[in-house]
Amino acid sequence: MLEDINALFHGFAVALTPFNLLLMFIGVTLGVIIGVLPGLGGANGIAILLPLTFSMPPTSAIIMLSCIYWGALFGGAITSILFNIPGEPWSVATTFDGYPMAQQGRAGEALTGAFTSSFIGALFAVVMITFLAPLVARFALQFGPPEFFAVYFLTFCSFIGMGKEPPFKIMASMMLGFALAAVGIDTVTGQLRLIFGWHELMRGFDFLIAVIGLFGIGEILLSMEEGLSFSGSSAKIDPKIVLETWKKLPKYWLTSLRSCLIGCWLGITPGGATPASFMSYGVAKRISKDGAKFGSGQLEGVVAPETAAHAAGTSALLPMLSLGIPGSPTAAVLLGGLLIWGLQPGPLLFVEQKDFVWGLIASMYLGNIAGLVIVLTCVPLFAAILRVPFSIIAPIIIVICAIGAYTVHNAMLDIWFMLLFGVAGYVFKKLAYPLAPLVLALVLGDRAEDSFRQAMLIAQGDMRIFFSNWLVGSIMALGLVMLFWPLVSKLLASLRASKAPA
Amino acid sequence: MRIQRAFSRGVMPLLAVFGLSMAAPAAAWEPAKPVEFVIPAGTGGGADQMARLIQGIVVKHNLMKQSLIPINKSGGAGAEGFLDVKGSKGDPHKIIITLSNLFTTPLATGVPFGWKDLTPVAMLALDQFVLWVNAETPYKTATEYLDAVKKAGPNKFKMGGTGSKQEDQIITVAIEKAAGVKFTYVPFKGGGEVATQLVGKHIDSSVNNPIEAVAQWRAGKLRALCVFDDQRMPYKTKVTDTMSWNDIPTCKESGVPTDYVMLRGIFMSPGVSKDQVEFYVNLFKKVRETPEWKDFMEKGAFNQSFMTGQDYVKWVEKNEALHRDLMKEAGFLAKP
Repeated sequence: MLEDINALFHGFAVALTPFNLLLMFIGVTLGVIIGVLPGLGGANGIAILLPLTFSMPPTSAIIMLSCIYWGALFGGAITSILFNIPGEPWSVATTFDGYPMAQQGRAGEALTGAFTSSFIGALFAVVMITFLAPLVARFALQFGPPEFFAVYFLTFCSFIGMGKEPPFKIMASMMLGFALAAVGIDTVTGQLRLIFGWHELMRGFDFLIAVIGLFGIGEILLSMEEGLSFSGSSAKIDPKIVLETWKKLPKYWLTSLRSCLIGCWLGITPGGATPASFMSYGVAKRISKDGAKFGSGQLEGVVAPETAAHAAGTSALLPMLSLGIPGSPTAAVLLGGLLIWGLQPGPLLFVEQKDFVWGLIASMYLGNIAGLVIVLTCVPLFAAILRVPFSIIAPIIIVICAIGAYTVHNAMLDIWFMLLFGVAGYVFKKLAYPLAPLVLALVLGDRAEDSFRQAMLIAQGDMRIFFSNWLVGSIMALGLVMLFWPLVSKLLASLRASKAPA
Repeated sequence: MRIQRAFSRGVMPLLAVFGLSMAAPAAAWEPAKPVEFVIPAGTGGGADQMARLIQGIVVKHNLMKQSLIPINKSGGAGAEGFLDVKGSKGDPHKIIITLSNLFTTPLATGVPFGWKDLTPVAMLALDQFVLWVNAETPYKTATEYLDAVKKAGPNKFKMGGTGSKQEDQIITVAIEKAAGVKFTYVPFKGGGEVATQLVGKHIDSSVNNPIEAVAQWRAGKLRALCVFDDQRMPYKTKVTDTMSWNDIPTCKESGVPTDYVMLRGIFMSPGVSKDQVEFYVNLFKKVRETPEWKDFMEKGAFNQSFMTGQDYVKWVEKNEALHRDLMKEAGFLAKP
């Protein structure tokens, strides 16, 4: 332990050279820009910039690239809150309360809340990486296909049980998402599915195209119908907003702590930041005493998913470093970078490349602080974007959305799909069907299906594999409880009611 | 309406910059604009790593005036990337790095493309496959392991691999035939995931590439049983405390007559001129001379065969026939 602290301080010394500090600020700024532009995303951004770093020393290179990663994580929240366009899958849950807040003219508050919680989540995860790395890495090895499926199952169940819409509308939306997720190549059989002989379809439907369309374009269509203006435009810009929001945040310490734990758990396993943010939002809604008001612009509803997403995003780097398995697409690209710089991720990295590992961990602390400072100083600026007249900003958003949709696969067809999803999003909202379950199923449906079928192969079709050990059994049981919670709670209430008179 | 206009005004010119291209052949040809480097696989995989390394080397050693831009087109097990290059006839500013899906994807899915639709440039290297088991199991040799598999009966042992009806499963079927055993094959999305699942004992063995499993091997979590090539790997530097890549016996030596290597090669658009192919051949010759490339080859224990022109075509021809036979026997061919 003491040795670790020494190593960490050595790491700070490595990270704090002026050159590395400069790279850190460049990285975070680039990351925020990448996070704001939908379609570019952290993974693509890093992949594009990776070759530039080959002529740098590995430690400087990873500091810059991981700072892009932090920046992108921060940046994803901005468009979610201001325009209801999540730039990354894990920002979807942030829109639930973040966008209503912006519409009520509280964009500054929502942004400050989101950035600060992101920082807290990341910090919690980094502290955990610093002290528990070897212990935690072993936990990740416990996860085989049945355990992965159990985690996805839990995410879906917590979603069905918690929505304010009727459960059957949620199911319908989710099933549509599953169907879209099945398009393209099937990992288990290696066959193309649901493409009806149309080869353009074989890349499947990317999450980003669906989200940009459903949320972004759909929202603009709605605004056009409602009179061509953003409802948040009256927001006054007050630099003190940051401090005022900070005063409110300590109230939610329990939510934060819970979200940190959920995030770290899912980041390490590696379930990823997306299930983490949804699950954390769902749990907060269920437990919080203001739970019923979630979705109408609660600060707590921004804190929960943002904290969890960042805790997960940060702890996802741990399995990458210590086992060589990436916990997220961005981590996968970073992993490629490590190999090219001549570093071998894996159990021996901590022993053989002390400078590098502790330099990276120190840069996680510093990069997040740098990130927080940069984004917080810009809060009034971001919030001011909403004061630009709708007729100017809407076309700009649509162009940026189209570029984003095109960038994902460099395919023109995706832009048409985006517009189609936009119309679908508009219709969904008019009919009061929720969009988020569709998106969730689209992101995770594929992976859930893979792990289910892998588990079935391993068990030769025996469903008992999902209750074969304490780990998978308890996650599955928790999932079932979440699924039937509305029924269970009604039952409990009626029991209590019938007992009371006696 | 306003949206439509803004859309076409804003995006179209941008698309033109990214996508469309003109062929402009000239004497002693050189790329006149950035070259698209298509990767028919996802980010972070073996082909992706190699392509991005090449891009880095080209920038660092200033090997090309124009830049090289890697683009992942992984849809449909890589078919998206191959169809893209097939469709850009005569465009010399587009090259593609291949893995075995050049052969397996059209055979397994029936998507219409093949290497004959592309122009062969060069073979960069061949990737090896090694039979791995968890280091905590008692099996010291391939024979011991396969005897145990045989004894346990069909489908009791689980072989993990990347993808379905692709190289890992083809090797698995080949082992099954050679040793008279039957595995349950469990497909995963990536090689790193397979190695981790093996360390966590969720599967019993894998046929990972060296680079996918080397970290766990060095940490003493995995044991290498044999390599699927007709001779041992040449790298004699100790990788683990006691072993080098060269110490791993071939599967043939261990009584499992199976060999398989995977092409890491470059192709370009159909209908390009000889000058244009020549430019890229020279470019990759230069890439192979750099210390970064040599280092990468040794780390991943690659077979460093380099071929161009007629030799390369012959090799590809032979391998396509081989894949067709293997996949036909395994019942992996797409139904017409």
